[in-house]
Amino acid sequence: MKEQLETIQQEALAKIEDAEEMNSLQDIRVAYLGKKGSITKVLKGMGKLSPEERPVIGEMANKVRNIITGAIEEKSAELEEIALHEQLETEAIDVTLPGRKVNVGGPHLLTSIVEEIEDLFIGMGYEIKEGPEVETDYYNFEALNLPKDHPARDMQDSFYITNELLLRTHTSPVQARTMEAYNGERPFKMICPGKVYRRDSDDATHSHQFTQIEGLLVDKNVRMSDLKGTLDKFAKQMFGEDREIRLRPSYFPFTEPSVEMDISCKVCNGEGCSVCKGTGWIEILGGGMVHPKVLEMGGYDPKIYSGFAFGMGPERIAMLKYGVNDIRSFYTNDIRFLKQYHHA
Amino acid sequence: MYVSYNWLNNYVDLGDISPEELAERITKSGIEVEGIEYVGEKVNDVVVGQVLTCEQHPNADKLNLCQVDVGTETLQIICGAPNVAAGQKVVVAKPGAVLPGNFKIKKVKLRGVESNGMICSLQELGVKEKFIPQEFVDGIYVFQNDAEIGKNVTDLLNLNDAVFELDILANRADALSMIGMANEVAAILDEQVTYPDETIESNESERAEDYVSVEVAAQDLNKYYGAFIIKDVVIKPSPLWMQNALLAAGIRPINNVVDITNYVLLEYGQPLHAFDYDRFASNKVLIRRADEGEEIITLDGQTRKLTPENLVITNGMEPTALAGVMGGLDSEVTEETSTILLEAAYFDGTTVRRTVKQTGLRSESSTRFEKGVDPNRVRKAGERACHLFEKYANGNVLQGLSEYDGLDYAEKTVVIETGHVNERLGSAIKDEEIASILRRLQFEFEQDGSTFTIQVPTRRQDITIFEDMLEEVARIYGYDNLPYTLPEGDGQVGGLNREQQLRRNIKSFLEGVGLMENRTYSLTDEHNSERLCSPEIMAKSPVPVALARPMSEEHKYLRLSLLPGLLQSLTYNQARNQANIAYYEIGSIFVSTEEKITKQPEETLRAAGALTGNWVDHPWQGEVKPVDFYVVKGIVEGLFDQLKLSVQFEQTKLQDMHPGRTALIKRNDQVIGFLGQLHPLLAKRLDLKETYVFDINLDAVFADYENEPSFAEIPKYPAIARDIAFILDQDVLAGNIQARIAEIGAPLVKSVAIFDVYEGEHLEAGKKSIAYHLIYQDPEKTLKDEEVEASYQEIVKTIADEFNGYVRS
Ligand SMILES: [Zn+2]
Repeated sequence: MKEQLETIQQEALAKIEDAEEMNSLQDIRVAYLGKKGSITKVLKGMGKLSPEERPVIGEMANKVRNIITGAIEEKSAELEEIALHEQLETEAIDVTLPGRKVNVGGPHLLTSIVEEIEDLFIGMGYEIKEGPEVETDYYNFEALNLPKDHPARDMQDSFYITNELLLRTHTSPVQARTMEAYNGERPFKMICPGKVYRRDSDDATHSHQFTQIEGLLVDKNVRMSDLKGTLDKFAKQMFGEDREIRLRPSYFPFTEPSVEMDISCKVCNGEGCSVCKGTGWIEILGGGMVHPKVLEMGGYDPKIYSGFAFGMGPERIAMLKYGVNDIRSFYTNDIRFLKQYHHA
Repeated sequence: MYVSYNWLNNYVDLGDISPEELAERITKSGIEVEGIEYVGEKVNDVVVGQVLTCEQHPNADKLNLCQVDVGTETLQIICGAPNVAAGQKVVVAKPGAVLPGNFKIKKVKLRGVESNGMICSLQELGVKEKFIPQEFVDGIYVFQNDAEIGKNVTDLLNLNDAVFELDILANRADALSMIGMANEVAAILDEQVTYPDETIESNESERAEDYVSVEVAAQDLNKYYGAFIIKDVVIKPSPLWMQNALLAAGIRPINNVVDITNYVLLEYGQPLHAFDYDRFASNKVLIRRADEGEEIITLDGQTRKLTPENLVITNGMEPTALAGVMGGLDSEVTEETSTILLEAAYFDGTTVRRTVKQTGLRSESSTRFEKGVDPNRVRKAGERACHLFEKYANGNVLQGLSEYDGLDYAEKTVVIETGHVNERLGSAIKDEEIASILRRLQFEFEQDGSTFTIQVPTRRQDITIFEDMLEEVARIYGYDNLPYTLPEGDGQVGGLNREQQLRRNIKSFLEGVGLMENRTYSLTDEHNSERLCSPEIMAKSPVPVALARPMSEEHKYLRLSLLPGLLQSLTYNQARNQANIAYYEIGSIFVSTEEKITKQPEETLRAAGALTGNWVDHPWQGEVKPVDFYVVKGIVEGLFDQLKLSVQFEQTKLQDMHPGRTALIKRNDQVIGFLGQLHPLLAKRLDLKETYVFDINLDAVFADYENEPSFAEIPKYPAIARDIAFILDQDVLAGNIQARIAEIGAPLVKSVAIFDVYEGEHLEAGKKSIAYHLIYQDPEKTLKDEEVEASYQEIVKTIADEFNGYVRS
């Protein structure tokens, strides 16, 4: 009987080893371990054994049963794994097909530039001030030392609504309003971004509506070298540490002395090219020391206070920084243009 | 203004400084040189020759065989120019000469006949057309008779000149002249200025006063008027050097008289006008305001109707010139003119400016009067012209002049102090440096230690206060030489204010859900001025604000809605096959309720969006869904959720919107915007497919927004979910039921969501089923089933009573 059990074990293990599918394993289980299986048959013949032999054979039969059961389980796990593997293989997909597109929005290029400049000056302690786009002649011109019939009013032919109301031609009226609001009583620094309007025909370089950012600092003992230092810091952060700046004398009715700021041309590194018209320099902003009349009209005593102001055009900066060559592109809102320039 | 390097060199010794270097230094001192243009280039072996004989080439119809005297020899030259003739003095390129473009002149045979050189046009010498006198644009150049045979043409024709194009800003009227630029350049280079010759040689016994008297009736507009008389004038071409100077400055030579007045205008910055004395037809000059409706025929042949705003020169009866702007046709100098009445005057800039605006006649003269001329140079300019009339027009200048003089010749005094200068500039300039700068500027001054009392010359009308002089010192000292410092003030903390921060948050939200920001114009046309204006704005009966003088009909009115602009963007993209677009813009609208506007319109900030095409676009998965009402509503709801502001939506009908798919956005019973589908008819007109829009009043949002939302604890006790589906009449609004459930269920019902809407099979006609998902929760304790059941039953009963709805089993 002992031999019989050993034979059963060997046979069963061999069959399990050879089994290739779950069904065969099931058959093996029934054939050896089932109620009518080989082991049961052997056990049925135990009656003929001596009482001493019975427990020995019983124990052996159990052992054989356990070994076969274990082998079946092991094989079964192995077959399951193989089956799963085969199934996963059939589930392969084409990873080169496109994903489900997420709708992506983003800011307009001008907004990106305006916010970049805002953040840069906020970092230097400036507040952001805004004001109306329809202005009075007083705030747009007179408070800025541009009385009626001043020849410099020609520089900015304006969209008037009435004799006293017009679309602001620069954001400087916000400066006048801020000074008035602070009533000559405290130093301050501010920048004012916004839309401005000029009586121009739209073409590649002119737009009847455009954007401007102006800055104003009023305090005691403000020096022209402070303006130079501030603009240098701005230009290097905005255009790169390797840019050089150059200030030239200029003329604005609301500043004296006045300056025009150039930065060294990035395209040719100052050698001269078509972008900088051969000069190696690109005009980027205008500014100067606040004219004493402007301070006075704003309620600040020019004997105690001085200040500096500057202004620039985000469109121009965008055109230089990103090579946009038609100012109208900012206002036609071609989706291909907007997508190209946003960094979402 | 154009400034010729060679001409400038007459007044200031430019030494060997190159035009490029000079341009750079002028620019850095405050007058921007926008460009440099060369007239031509220096040429060798190109000389003045005289055509002795000119016959037809024996073998060619269109060629001429010329014998040309070039001083050292006579050359046989074949010339094809139609205007060549015997006796002419012409430009001859001798064999060996190299013309621009590396064109080498050699002895050649043309149709069997020898040709030893070339008779040149100015183009062949590399001269740009703008520098060529009109009559020589299409042929060879012909000198005046006095040209010296054999002489190199480089200097004669000013070929080696460089012309600067200057951008002279409104304050520097003094630089609108060669002498002014000479002063400027002398200050920059630390050189001396040589002034022009103004001496009048004539010893005529007759006096100008015998010929003409001057009366100024409008003395406020005309502070000086001087009249010179020049007799026996011979009209002929002006000398070549003068023509060259004018051409370089961009003015075409005409004849000696006109050229001399133009030359002095450019030299002194003082406009002059020459009348034909005989045609002036009077011995009295009367300067007055024009009468209303009075007329004058100006030099260009146009009849101009005048008003008392215009200042006119009259002969005592009728206008003979528009003061400072343009002369009259009737008194113009002609070939027959022999006596000249020369005007040197000082006219009011504002009056000239108004007349220019009214007539559109802007000229070299008017520009200078507008910006202001130098009182001390008015009469001198007249004298300079007389000097030139004597030399180049055979003129006899009568003694003296008739004049009215009410000019203020006083020089302003400005005091500066070295310490103050350095305080304002942040510099460390020394007393002697300031003294040197003032000397270079040719300003007279007295120095007392560090204090300078400066007499500002009348040519610098722009300098009146300390700051003006500060700029003068700084620019000659060099802006480059100022240090870099940062303001020392006590550090203000910068930042965005609440609204600015909120605006950025709203932008981020809208961009995050897939909208792209737009920038559109604030100005629109009449059709769009009120279109799609939000109902709460329309309720104020706004009057669109119009420009007084628009550039075009397209941009005439200030917008009352951002939507027309956004729709225009959509159309633009659609026309370029960009079909799926989701745009938004944040910007102001302009609300005025005055029929005739007197005060600034109210500027209200709005956020608007326009969407068209597919919102879900995954074509290969078969998931393509166009944008619909609920996409846009979802965006708006999401925005208000993020802002933690509750809003309600209410069905409405609006002009240009789909009558069944439009909703008002309301908060606390106030309309704060709307959303919905654009009316299909309007969409069709705009070439748009189904399009949805929203428009929100951000000022209303800002007013209500809580800066710091209160903190609510996360509930500790479990929630219980219940679903209810009601069968309802089809016209019952899902949102109303939802709101009512929330109301009845409060405070235990935490949220009510709709999870199914069904109509059709298995339902009675005219009915629909809506299923709600309710969450019950008590923050204080664990809810009991009985509490939930009681609330549930109350809801079922109320919906049955109020909406005739019953629970679907
Ligand atoms: Zn460059």
